[in-house]
Amino acid sequence: MADRADMTGEALSPEEKTKRGQRNLAIALGLGVFVLLVFLVTILRLGGSVAERAF
Amino acid sequence: MTPVAIKSDTYALAGPRDYIVLLKPRVMSLVIFTALVGMAAAPGGLHPALAAISLLAIAVGAGASGALNMWWDADIDAVMARTASRPIPMRRVPRAEAAALGGFLTALSVALLALAANYLAAGLLAFTIFFYVVIYSMWLKRLTPQNIVIGGAAGALPPVIGWAAVSGTAPLEAWVLFAIIFIWTPPHFWALALFKKGDYARAGIPMMPVVKGARATRRQVFIYALVLVAASVAPFAIGMAGAFYIAAAAVLGAGFVWLAWRVLTAAETDRQPAMRLFRFSMIYLFGIFAALLFERLAGLHG
Repeated sequence: MADRADMTGEALSPEEKTKRGQRNLAIALGLGVFVLLVFLVTILRLGGSVAERAF
Repeated sequence: MTPVAIKSDTYALAGPRDYIVLLKPRVMSLVIFTALVGMAAAPGGLHPALAAISLLAIAVGAGASGALNMWWDADIDAVMARTASRPIPMRRVPRAEAAALGGFLTALSVALLALAANYLAAGLLAFTIFFYVVIYSMWLKRLTPQNIVIGGAAGALPPVIGWAAVSGTAPLEAWVLFAIIFIWTPPHFWALALFKKGDYARAGIPMMPVVKGARATRRQVFIYALVLVAASVAPFAIGMAGAFYIAAAAVLGAGFVWLAWRVLTAAETDRQPAMRLFRFSMIYLFGIFAALLFERLAGLHG
């Protein structure tokens, strides 16, 4: 999102700030969910082999 | 940039919901459902959690192709009443962001499916997105009235991807599910195009009713309806479905052919039958796949 403020130095309105906060939160949640999914897939794929590692 | 132009942009007001709309949630739900049926019908022992993550990856892949389609077709969407309220024509989301989101989610979903399931499923998902965005949206949509006939392959692939995710294979049974959606697509979209003909003509999209006229399209819709009913028998014929399924398919098929007949024989100006067929076509596809799923889960067959 190319914020108008970046181009003009103009301040964002309160509503625009709220929306930016919501967008940022959505991105953070999305990233968190993706990390969690990759972790889960790794554990599930390794399965019983986790306990049998050589080291 | 003039102050007036700066004032008129509403990009800074875009919320998460605007980006979710880019993923075409309604199309996504049909993809999730048909892929789920492909998974349930396939033999194989994928861990339930891995199957759920695979299904999510397929859904996100479908969403990615939706975003890429809205990026490419923003000019068309702006002039069609049906799509004018999408985030790009509404100036909520810049075009480039739809492209970025679609491209990013494509990579993410294909990689996640490769990790959770296997390379065959991931490859099929990548091919589906490529087919929908490049072959359909970029190439065929503006070129030929057969656009949605060929492009329908992308919408028909999800059950095959689901099947491949669970079993690592894509045998005839999976392609029977593909065939049902593939043959369902033309009458579904042509029914829509029959009552939205002006929209497509204005946007310069060579849909069948625009190019060949309503009469030829109605005939084609009826022929496809008959072929669709024949295709819906295939799961029963090759032994992957049983009595419950074939009974449901018979009832749904009779409804489809009856409504297609009404479209064929309607008065030239009567748009009602096409609208009814369009609405029923969604119930039809949902019903066919729900019957397969129910039969499988209830242990009525196989």
